[in-house]
Amino acid sequence: MALPHDIWVWIRLTIELAAVTTIILIIVSTPIAWWLSRSRRRWKEVVATVVALPLVLPPTVLGYYLLLLLGPGGPGGLIAGLWGGRTLAFTFEGLVIGSVAYSLPFVVQPIRNAFDALGERPLEVAATLRASPWRAFWTVAVPLARPGFLTGAVLGFAHTVGEFGIVLMIGGNIPGQTKVLSVAIYDYVETSQWFEASVLSAGMVVFAFLVILAMNLIDRRGVQSSA
Amino acid sequence: MTDASKIDVSFRGALGRFALNVSFAVPARGVTALFGPSGCGKTTVLRCMAGLQRLADGYCAVNGDVWQDHSSFRPAYKRPVGYVFQEASLFPHLSVQRNLLYGAPETRGITASTIRFDDVIDLLSLKGLLDRTPHKLSGGERQRVAIGRALLSQPRLLLMDEPLSALDRQTKDEVLPFLERLHASLSLPIVYVSHDIAEVERLADHLVLIRAGAVIASGAFDDVRSNPRLPLALANEAAVTLNATVTSYDERYGLATMKVEGGHFVVPMPYTASGSRHYLTVAASNVSLAREPARATTILNILPARIMSTAAANDYETVVLLRLGADGTGCRLLARVTRRSWDDLGLVEDAGVFCQVKGVSLMST
Amino acid sequence: MRFRHVPSFLLTVAILCLGCAQAFAGQANVAVAANFTDAAKEIAAVFRQKTGHEAVLSFGSSGQFYTQITQEAPFHILLSADEERPKKLISDGLAVPASRFTYAIGKLVLWSKDPSLVRGVDTLTGATFTKLAIINPVAAPYGAAAVETVKSLKLYEKLRPKFVEGATITQAYQFVVTGNAELGFIALSQLTGNPGGSRWLVPQELYKPIRQDAVLLNKGADNVAAIAFMTFLKGPQAHAIIEKYGYAFDGKNATM
Repeated sequence: MALPHDIWVWIRLTIELAAVTTIILIIVSTPIAWWLSRSRRRWKEVVATVVALPLVLPPTVLGYYLLLLLGPGGPGGLIAGLWGGRTLAFTFEGLVIGSVAYSLPFVVQPIRNAFDALGERPLEVAATLRASPWRAFWTVAVPLARPGFLTGAVLGFAHTVGEFGIVLMIGGNIPGQTKVLSVAIYDYVETSQWFEASVLSAGMVVFAFLVILAMNLIDRRGVQSSA
Repeated sequence: MTDASKIDVSFRGALGRFALNVSFAVPARGVTALFGPSGCGKTTVLRCMAGLQRLADGYCAVNGDVWQDHSSFRPAYKRPVGYVFQEASLFPHLSVQRNLLYGAPETRGITASTIRFDDVIDLLSLKGLLDRTPHKLSGGERQRVAIGRALLSQPRLLLMDEPLSALDRQTKDEVLPFLERLHASLSLPIVYVSHDIAEVERLADHLVLIRAGAVIASGAFDDVRSNPRLPLALANEAAVTLNATVTSYDERYGLATMKVEGGHFVVPMPYTASGSRHYLTVAASNVSLAREPARATTILNILPARIMSTAAANDYETVVLLRLGADGTGCRLLARVTRRSWDDLGLVEDAGVFCQVKGVSLMST
Repeated sequence: MRFRHVPSFLLTVAILCLGCAQAFAGQANVAVAANFTDAAKEIAAVFRQKTGHEAVLSFGSSGQFYTQITQEAPFHILLSADEERPKKLISDGLAVPASRFTYAIGKLVLWSKDPSLVRGVDTLTGATFTKLAIINPVAAPYGAAAVETVKSLKLYEKLRPKFVEGATITQAYQFVVTGNAELGFIALSQLTGNPGGSRWLVPQELYKPIRQDAVLLNKGADNVAAIAFMTFLKGPQAHAIIEKYGYAFDGKNATM
């Protein structure tokens, strides 16, 4: 049974979405995780809880609020207006925003844990060695927190590849723009095309497996060669 | 008006259960020991000097350079300090060499006072360790690298927070000589925190005694140590350390005769050449006093001395400060005697007596 | 003293009552197509009142229900959004052949939250909007009907790039109600309760009628409550409710 030629479009779109989302997540999560780790303010755990909300909110709820935020009545509409659009929903950019929001806790948490595990000492040492807070962050905190970054990246990537609820809610299933693999599989299941659904699903599993394996191997080699 | 050659420190604030109120001014050269029991606040003082901690009220000036006062606070990374922590805390992701160079300044301007990389390697015997990673080093090696790393950041003040506490006895004995070398070869002032008098007595020029968050004495090491009004002299392990030079050696009986200021000591020990120097530690509890020199006795060292002052150690013992020599101008000695004996012998200040020193320990070098 | 036996006496009475109730009132598990949600709830309430039987409702997509039923899901009745799934279940041997009937005919409506946008066919031919919401045509009959409508109007090439697909009927509705799509093809039943805006009831000629079929599943073949429910669904009380929610019946037109 031949798979549709669209499959390459779906695959490319899925990988693009996961890659862009993961990069943005690492960039956005690092200052958040750092602040959560170092701050002494009393309301920091409130912030941590807000960040963790996507873990407990059902995608339908999150999707609905994203629709409001991305739509003409919300900030998304304003941003889209910059290039003459009405809404960020149904766009690749909108999907990225939704995926970032949904996977945020999966990336912030491991990075924060890694920063927490550092303790105060390495940064105190760096300070006594004339390193500014900026230099200490990049030359001491980040390298020592590397396992956390890796875990966060892997989780963020895998979570986005498998992510389905949000994409469904705000994507609109537009071929080439928002129709990703998970939605394609959903369509096959809906129409009881089991073979195609299974093939796509198996492909996703294999791909995710290879990505995670590769990241772990790279990390192992990095640890051995650091000197 | 800040004295240009001093380290001037004053910190006040809450410290756990009690308040810290510490002020002292010590010379900006040599080793100053901050000494006191655990929890007395000495580590906090050191951290405040480094700028790692900030109490309610603080003042810190080194050689005229004000690091902190009531209106300003220079953050730690802007203070020219080197800091050695109790646990070496080397960066695990960097090799020994890169650890050492982490704090070294970018610019290559070498002046007379620059601490050079090769000198540090020699001083601390780090040559073979440069390519290793920290987790492959022993505790003593790590601590030496930590010291080297602090030195190579070209500090103007070296702060050491109980650098030997985390090491076992044998490693301590390994590393201590390196500290002595440091002291001898660099003109860098060092502030050294410890609760172990044995470490401090080999290194300190100046002693600041801290107890429960307050300074109870600050002065030259020997003065503070032998002052009967201060806790050190009254402690069970009270002792003095004397600078001695060997004058002769009796090979038949294995005895070295050493001259100290105000007298001579005879010490059983392996061969040592005339002219070599040693440090003798004389514990107060090993010194008894007599009005007349005893005649048929096994005690080898009976020296004339003069009583300077005295203080009660407890209900039944008294600590006596003496100076060697019939005229009482030699080096200081402490004796611990019972009050009864003091009364029985009719001893008074300024009296001439004979010190009977039962045991002398040699500080290993 | 006299009251010592009251608690156990009451307990016995309660158990007897429960047992009696069991003997008389049954429970049927009904899988209901999402578009029929509100109507089904009301029907179940009246059903309970009249017969004492409990219709336990689950809402979702017909496709998912079909899958679940083939995997031994414990449903007694399927109220599908189409005719295909019930037919398939019968040919799969999972449902009672004679029990299939059309319980409602769904009506497609073009709706916008904006009261001035939808004026009829012209709105589609003029095509001044950017996004038109439909339900995934592959998965839902209302979606297929929307595509059919657009093709009948010979506007498919023009309008296709503007389609955005909601996975469920609720999603398509949400696209329109949040303004992300200016208008959309949804089920008339979703507008019950009149949320305003502007609408065009799509003429039946433009698309194949959406026959929503009910079927009694094998698991419910001996279930008294299930059989009663199927009967009730064909009755006048159920019909009145179904019409109220904007569905039609064979030979009858829907009212706006």
